[in-house]
Amino acid sequence: MEENNSSHSQNESEDPKGSTRRNFLKNIGLAGVGVATGAAALYSGHIFEAKKEVSGDQKVLLTQDGKLVQVDSLEIKAMEKTGEELSESLWREGIPGRRWVMVTDLSKCRNARKCISACQEAHQLRPEQYHMNTLQMQDMPVTAPFNMPKNCQHCDNPPCVAVCPVDATYKRPDGIVLIENDRCIGCRFCMAACPYSARIFNWIEPKDAANHLGQEYNAELNVPQKLGTVSKCLFSADRLREGKLPYCVEACPNGVYYFGDENEDAVTNGTSKETVRLSKLLRDNAGYQLMPELGTKPRVYYLPPKNRLFPFEEAKDQTPENV
Amino acid sequence: MDDNKFTIDKITSDLTHHIRINKGFLIWMGVLTASLLVCLYAYSLQLRNGLGVAGIRDYVTWGLYLSNFVFFVAASLIGMLISAVLGLIGMKWLTPITRIAETIAVAFAAVAGLVIVSDMGRPERLLYVFFYGRPQSPILWDVTVIITYFTLSLLLMFLPLIADMAIIHRRVASLPSWLKPVYKVLSLNFTDQPAQNRIINRATRILLILLIPAALSIHTVTSWLFAVTSRAGWDSTIFGPYFVSGAFVAGSAAVVIAMFFFRRNYKLQDYLTDLHFDNMGKVLATVSLVYLYFNINEFLVPGYKLKRGDAIHLQELFAGKDALMFWTVQVGGLILPILFLLFRRFRKPLPILIISVVVLIAAWFKRYLIVIPTQEHPFLPIQHVPQNFVHYSPTLIETLISIAPFILVLMIITLISKFFPVIPLHETAREKGIDHIQFD
Repeated sequence: MEENNSSHSQNESEDPKGSTRRNFLKNIGLAGVGVATGAAALYSGHIFEAKKEVSGDQKVLLTQDGKLVQVDSLEIKAMEKTGEELSESLWREGIPGRRWVMVTDLSKCRNARKCISACQEAHQLRPEQYHMNTLQMQDMPVTAPFNMPKNCQHCDNPPCVAVCPVDATYKRPDGIVLIENDRCIGCRFCMAACPYSARIFNWIEPKDAANHLGQEYNAELNVPQKLGTVSKCLFSADRLREGKLPYCVEACPNGVYYFGDENEDAVTNGTSKETVRLSKLLRDNAGYQLMPELGTKPRVYYLPPKNRLFPFEEAKDQTPENV
Repeated sequence: MDDNKFTIDKITSDLTHHIRINKGFLIWMGVLTASLLVCLYAYSLQLRNGLGVAGIRDYVTWGLYLSNFVFFVAASLIGMLISAVLGLIGMKWLTPITRIAETIAVAFAAVAGLVIVSDMGRPERLLYVFFYGRPQSPILWDVTVIITYFTLSLLLMFLPLIADMAIIHRRVASLPSWLKPVYKVLSLNFTDQPAQNRIINRATRILLILLIPAALSIHTVTSWLFAVTSRAGWDSTIFGPYFVSGAFVAGSAAVVIAMFFFRRNYKLQDYLTDLHFDNMGKVLATVSLVYLYFNINEFLVPGYKLKRGDAIHLQELFAGKDALMFWTVQVGGLILPILFLLFRRFRKPLPILIISVVVLIAAWFKRYLIVIPTQEHPFLPIQHVPQNFVHYSPTLIETLISIAPFILVLMIITLISKFFPVIPLHETAREKGIDHIQFD
């Protein structure tokens, strides 16, 4: 074998002609491949051009992010995804171009708990199940107590999402952390990981489950609630899709909540409907986040409870003793 | 002991006479099966009505089931310590204990997988972990390494059994007739040829080496289920080695208990001698000392700084609601056993059995103390919720469901030990100077 090889290479070096011929043939081959590729490309381009007909009939359409556009009627194709598949991809994509943000003004909260009831009503929650809960806080013994509405902080670095084994909870590009209860396996790792105790679990049959049997699942509202799965605040993603403020924000009688889009640098007060600059609101009122030292990067900001509008009152618990 | 009195016939009969179905076995399995059925009924209630039948709620969301899971993973680690670490170092006295340790490893690792299913709100979606698994989640790592460790342990148990089964199905006349073909198939035509032995030895060695990282991984990853969160009491960098060293304590105790009962019930006094108990006592004392060292680190360092969250957590453990359990476990289950085990007379079979039972029970409560109290004081206050959300107390149904895995482990260990020699036959014969076994 080795001998053959060496004699072969000897031949090659002794016969410069043979070598040129081989090179020539090689070049011809290369050129051939090149021509064939080019021809194929041209041909497919031709086919594509031939197919591209224009009807001249322009349709006006509304895109997902609310822009009006013109499209030739022949360009309009049916949705590739339909039904559940479509809604699931919409849930996961979120609302394009938005970065939702919430500002909670602690100086205005008098624990009316209207946000809580509106939320529980919308999400089919039992009285002891909170997506939004008002906590009575006191930083230090010498400082005054105050009410602090607390919901999911929709962290930009969400510990709950990191630990989910099945991608049931995820972070959307519009900032919302969503959970799909038809994917959740009920391991509750996300609840253990959340430092804000923002997540709840359907330990028993959800409220009025029998009444919601046929209801189609909507992850942006997380109803119907499902036994054995986790639930949490969703920033009322279903309302945002309709261009409305979240349930809690709308329900507050005291102007505690501002909600809006960080990209627009604007937030709207749910009670007065006044829209203000987010950056100015936070700057002027020393806005802060809950436990920023944990690196979770919350999307909920708080304005400190100074110059409070109402005296602090001890809240009366209305939840059942044991559930 | 004089090795000359051990002939192959004596060894074979001594180590295999328990392989038969007798009345005691049937009663024991009957009792276990009946108890298991009761527990399964409890689980059926949970399947029907949801996890709410247990005492866990939104704040303490991981309860008995999860601390049980940690305990089972912990106990399974002993297979690695005895067979791999000590075995590879070349400790000869281990031979009669290796199969006991591997049986415990296999049984606990297999059942640990089931325990975690009992904690799932939607157990019917178990396979989603494979369909939609996200590699970022430590649960995925846990599933992977537990399956790996279980497989390795099972293989490690099987390899030395090949020779044993070959000997038994040829030489033991009393073997139940239905078991004989099983043994014949599983013995893979082994005839004690040097080439065959070489393959088995080499494969065993590879398995032993692979077993070490696999075992370290399963318990380290299990500790990370907690340590990857920022909660006070879980937010610790030493949770991996803390869990692993604790696992060796629990596992060594389990091995001693199993040794004691096998020795007595299967009349293995000539093989599991006082020396073995004495040595296991030393092993238990050593791993307990290592665990004590990690305990000191785990409690003293945050206790010195007393950051707010840690301060509340430690206050509850040291002097609060959980103080009685905490100090009983730490003193009774760790410090006192170490002190007792320093003395030879407490390393005799009966005293070390008692110590091991105490250590094993304490090890279970230790897992409870690691899992539950941390969740009772989250960062933000627990308000406007029912009383049973604030304080966790396990329900009867939950307790029954948590007992089921223990019954399962006992059943698996009983079955393995009843149908296979508890002590490696071929290796023992080798060590007693019988170089070649006649295959008739």
